[in-house]
Amino acid sequence: MKLSLNGEHREFPDSITVADMLGILELTGKRVAIERNGEIVPRSQHADTRLADGDVLEMVVAVGGG
Amino acid sequence: MSDDIFQIAGKTYNSRLIVGTGKYQDFAQTRDAVKASGAEIVTVAIRRVNIGQNAGEASLLDYLPPSEFTYLPNTAGCYTAEDAIRTLRLARELLDDHRLVKLEVLGDQHTLFPNVRETLKAAEVLVKDGFDVMVYTSDDPIIAKELQEIGCCAVMPLASLIGSGMGILNPWNLRLIIEQLSVPVLVDAGVGTASDATIALELGCDGILMNTAIAHAKDPVRMARAMKLAVEAGRESFLAGRMPKKLYSADPSSPVSGLIAASK
Repeated sequence: MKLSLNGEHREFPDSITVADMLGILELTGKRVAIERNGEIVPRSQHADTRLADGDVLEMVVAVGGG
Repeated sequence: MSDDIFQIAGKTYNSRLIVGTGKYQDFAQTRDAVKASGAEIVTVAIRRVNIGQNAGEASLLDYLPPSEFTYLPNTAGCYTAEDAIRTLRLARELLDDHRLVKLEVLGDQHTLFPNVRETLKAAEVLVKDGFDVMVYTSDDPIIAKELQEIGCCAVMPLASLIGSGMGILNPWNLRLIIEQLSVPVLVDAGVGTASDATIALELGCDGILMNTAIAHAKDPVRMARAMKLAVEAGRESFLAGRMPKKLYSADPSSPVSGLIAASK
């Protein structure tokens, strides 16, 4: 399936969870926050939230800033 | 000195200096400068993960652990209320239900002046949503008061443009804001050097937020220390209460009597 991830279209296996996606991206355990189609997916629900073709995801971290 | 308490959203801090973490050479310099500044609150930006790029790379959080510093996520780069609100909701999730945030909604890329209408809109939503909102705004006393009435926990007028280092251009407006507000007023943006920070605190500002003045000094760590001292000096000076100015009327500091005989 196709996901829009931080503005880029990427192919992923069908019906994976948010946790699966983080694993594929080698981001398991990293402090990131995820928004799916405009709604936050809390960390506690990463393993239970199944993604669907066409989902739009934003994934952010804290960086240096003023 | 011990009863001079600085509180934001119910939490007490020893340092009245809040520092940004951008524009440093590397994370080590960021950490060294932040430590030298004595700041307990540090601002951070929220940005997209660089997917596929150096997954094992160190992050800012490794150098400034959230257990030792109070993070103040900002909305730098947001030009609408909606983007600012989304950014801070992500920040809250990212930082484990963290509520203290810095709201800034910019008006244009040239001046980075705040878009006050969008700022007011975002502040209302965020306060209702349970955030403790420290808000960057123009030095307009009427708007500052509105932001307080909305429920912002601190109002942060600019001293001059973000990153300009122009210093405090309108101390009179800052004074008006300080006198009218009961929530903490912090100068945010425009500070160039240590004396600017002292002036802000002498005016009665409760604190000050800066980034570029430290990060772009020739020796950032040394400037961070200078800023720490400048903020302390300014606060002490404000509490001590300066002498009145006496224009055109000198007043000698030494006794006027008991002088030896004047020579003929």
